[in-house]
Amino acid sequence: MIDIFADVEPMVFKSGINVPYSWWAGETAERFFLALRDDKKIMGTGCSICEKVFVPPRKVCPLCFQENMAWVEVSSEGVLESFTIVERQLASLPRKAPVIFGLIRLDGADTSILHYIEDADHTDIKIGMRVAAKFSDERSGSMHDIDCFRPVR
Amino acid sequence: MDRAAVIGVGITKIEANKVKETFADMVWEAVNKALEDAKMTIDDIDNVVTTSNDFWDGRTISCMAVGDASGARHKNVSCVEGDGTFGAFYGLSRVLSGSYGTTLVTAHSKGSESVSSLITNAAFDPIYDRSLGMDMISACAMQARAYMHRTGTTPEQMAMVSVKNHGNAMLNPLSQLPMNITVEDVLGSEMISDPLHKLDCSPVSDGCCAVIIANEKRASQYGSLPVWIKGVSFCSDSYFLGDRELSKAKSLTQAAKKAFSMAQISDPLSEIDVAEVYDAFTYQELMWLEAMGLCQDGKAGINLEKGYYGIKGKLPVNPSGGLLSGHPVIAGGLIRIAEIVKQLRGEAGAYQIAGAKKGVAHGVNGLCGQSHCVWILDQEK
Repeated sequence: MIDIFADVEPMVFKSGINVPYSWWAGETAERFFLALRDDKKIMGTGCSICEKVFVPPRKVCPLCFQENMAWVEVSSEGVLESFTIVERQLASLPRKAPVIFGLIRLDGADTSILHYIEDADHTDIKIGMRVAAKFSDERSGSMHDIDCFRPVR
Repeated sequence: MDRAAVIGVGITKIEANKVKETFADMVWEAVNKALEDAKMTIDDIDNVVTTSNDFWDGRTISCMAVGDASGARHKNVSCVEGDGTFGAFYGLSRVLSGSYGTTLVTAHSKGSESVSSLITNAAFDPIYDRSLGMDMISACAMQARAYMHRTGTTPEQMAMVSVKNHGNAMLNPLSQLPMNITVEDVLGSEMISDPLHKLDCSPVSDGCCAVIIANEKRASQYGSLPVWIKGVSFCSDSYFLGDRELSKAKSLTQAAKKAFSMAQISDPLSEIDVAEVYDAFTYQELMWLEAMGLCQDGKAGINLEKGYYGIKGKLPVNPSGGLLSGHPVIAGGLIRIAEIVKQLRGEAGAYQIAGAKKGVAHGVNGLCGQSHCVWILDQEK
């Protein structure tokens, strides 16, 4: 059989999906972000049954499936639970590689948050090291009100 | 559970870039391969479950677009968004409901047509973490490090998974990346997201798989060799990565326990002859084996060094070459089921495990293995 496409560039249709979204943060996230923006405080919610403190805060305990949650302030310092040094400029990265992502368990919290780790020696960074939040000078009520976490020296 | 069987499987060749085929062309090919394999026609199919993802397909309600190529017109068709093992679970449930004697399950994706980093980034919560810019590779790299830290698994042991699976792929004509490589090649490949090198990661792929599931009565009606479904379970963990113990796959442990117990298997390691697990990254093969109870916690790397998981090993794992050798997302887990079916029928060709009677297939959905689906398949009824 003769392949009529043998010497032909395959046809490609280039397109994209660009749909704007407006996500309501919801009361729980709103309170978290306002505390971050106005007071440089990191807030979580604690479950009245299992007593676990969730950061970022949850309206409903994902473990006990109940909504009796109390607001608690957690520390802006904590322990690095895991991390990765992203070397390739992945399409999703808003910053220039290398970028270090970390999972940080803040003192007083039972869950970890995702954020950037900066000012860390790439050969020295390790699981279990203590890190502290560096708040952004200009804050608008988002996860980026924390600029990054840095090793506690 | 009433008896049900897989009676036909069809897999396309897995390729980096199927420039000559649309998604529907791939589905058409896989469905017809499965029908031929089952010695059935489309008229023998009572209902259809398609598995697709709108972001990967670049269209909303993607399941409606794939119906034509699946022969679903004028049939009851439903869809699952996620891995094909979950689509097959739904397909099986429909057969067990008694309403349908046969279900055709399809799963497809064409990774080559979009940007996987942007698509997997969109799996993160838009309010709390998406804008930080993590994607599947960077999230899994973090899981890999947590797993290595907890178990002492080394980069060399992880690299050996890549060496084994790419080597197995040399025996599989459908695989995308058959390669004869060394541990040094893996460790010397580009570091994408520390500790994951390029060769620790599965490639971007195009491919489709179709599987036909039948109830006991219909299973023996068409003349193909049924492979019996003895146990199936799936289980999910928390959505937020920071809520989980990332170095462990508790939901897989639970799913596997239930599936093995349903299959009345008390000692999986001695009873399972072959496993196809979701090795999207090298460390995952080791981590999933441990979580499934097919290996003592933290010992998979050491067992791999001893050759346990090779084609001639104690427990051959991913003899087809696994996802490291070709990873069409969504179809990935359904291909694992199809590969175990081939093994149990003695039709796996050059990578056939001699005397394989019972096998386990495994699929994953969500970031860092949030949810797992485990299938125990058996040659005997």
